[in-house]
Amino acid sequence: MSSFDVKSKPIIEIKNLYKSFGDNHVLDGFTMNLYEGENLVIMGKSGSGKSVMIKCLIGLEEPDSGSIEVMGKNIKELEHWELDELRTEIGFLFQGSALYDSMSVRENLEFPLRRHTKKFGVIEDTTPMVMEALENVGLAHTINLMPSELSGGMKRRVALARTLILQPKIILYDEPTTGLDPITSKEIILLMISIQKKYNTSSIIITHDVDCARVISNRMILLIDNINYAEGTFEELSASEDPKIKAFFK
Amino acid sequence: MNNNSKIVESFKTFLVEVGELSYFTSRFFKEVFRPPYEFKEFLRQCYNMGNRSLLLVSVTGFIIGLVFTLQSRPTLLEFGAVSWMPSMVSISIIREMGPIITALICAGRIGSGIGAELGSMRVTEQIDAMEVSGTNPFNFLVITRILATTLMLPILVFFGDTIAIFGSAMVENIKGNVSYLLYFNQVFDSLKFSDIIPTTIKTFFFGFAIGLVGCYKGYNCKKGTAGVGLAANSAVVYTSMLLFIIDFIAVFITNIFY
Repeated sequence: MSSFDVKSKPIIEIKNLYKSFGDNHVLDGFTMNLYEGENLVIMGKSGSGKSVMIKCLIGLEEPDSGSIEVMGKNIKELEHWELDELRTEIGFLFQGSALYDSMSVRENLEFPLRRHTKKFGVIEDTTPMVMEALENVGLAHTINLMPSELSGGMKRRVALARTLILQPKIILYDEPTTGLDPITSKEIILLMISIQKKYNTSSIIITHDVDCARVISNRMILLIDNINYAEGTFEELSASEDPKIKAFFK
Repeated sequence: MNNNSKIVESFKTFLVEVGELSYFTSRFFKEVFRPPYEFKEFLRQCYNMGNRSLLLVSVTGFIIGLVFTLQSRPTLLEFGAVSWMPSMVSISIIREMGPIITALICAGRIGSGIGAELGSMRVTEQIDAMEVSGTNPFNFLVITRILATTLMLPILVFFGDTIAIFGSAMVENIKGNVSYLLYFNQVFDSLKFSDIIPTTIKTFFFGFAIGLVGCYKGYNCKKGTAGVGLAANSAVVYTSMLLFIIDFIAVFITNIFY
């Protein structure tokens, strides 16, 4: 993908984010912006605070200090119900898919849909919306299966369909290709690109996968030593002579 | 670390646990009346907890009634007081043995099940997934389960008590040639509302405690899959302790009023 016009309006602004767990400083003044329609890849070593950062972003972790603004709203200042409303605009794809294992694929997709009557109204028949989301990921035939009957790649796709059903403006991907074989990884990456094109979503992709970063990123941030150490396009960063940056692209 | 500091540390951990459980309880009361009401999930939990515990509670109740009567019979015969058997069995089963034994069985079966289920949902990020989709996992997972245990336990106790008294009647019918009609007449003659009402109120608290501790342990599960086992195990241990404490308080209060 080509470089992205960063002059457009930021949809997410994170400033000086600090987060520690006891003596372990995970984020030391992390700052970043995400722009409308952009695919931003964040790479870093394990334990560098990438997942903690997106959990702070969605309100699952509370930062020690710093500000997070999503679509102009400061996360810290929101009431619980306001945060829930904002969360319908943000999709989150978990590393382990996190499908509700006591529910079928259909129920997994219906679950958020039936609880957001403000956004969607009371939906009598959810089947068309569920089918559309599943067709987007090529798994319409799994509608009545249980998560335990799906493979790892299929689970990831169903989780993506569940994320899409709320029609979010932003999607956060936490290591979307980790634990998948190269072919399935490629399928997931292509799926992410097609979804971005179809719905014009903005995405933050946390990954270790250089191939994934190369194909999908408009811009990249390298999280090293708990800060955003380097920022640029894939081509810029992969050509860097800095040994810390070079280590990621070997 | 010497022994004293170990004791202080354990005491601190205990106080933290009590504080967190109190906060969890207050959150339950804050959110229980707040919509949306997950009625369908509540009914599903009632079915899971009630219907699926019925056989276990019935078998245990029947054996308790049977064994209790068989064990007491020789002593009562010695004192020529065997006619007191229906009164003794019904009062002791309804006032004490039925509720506490059924509650302990449910703590093992339901409490550990809730702890393990919610614990595994926590470690596999399913609870986080509910939260980020803008739904309230506490409402869907915790409130429905606590309400279901609170409602189902008195029903299970009532059922278990009935089967236990029937077991006792069967022994008396076989060993003492006492008809079922006479036995149950004596049972109803000896029982008063002051036996039934306090014990019924007590079972609601037992049910609440089972649901509360199971949900608390599972919902706050940490340390990966090992934590799931720990959550299930400690849910049973803590609930069992709590049941005896509630029982003691209930008996103490009942003695004041009756």
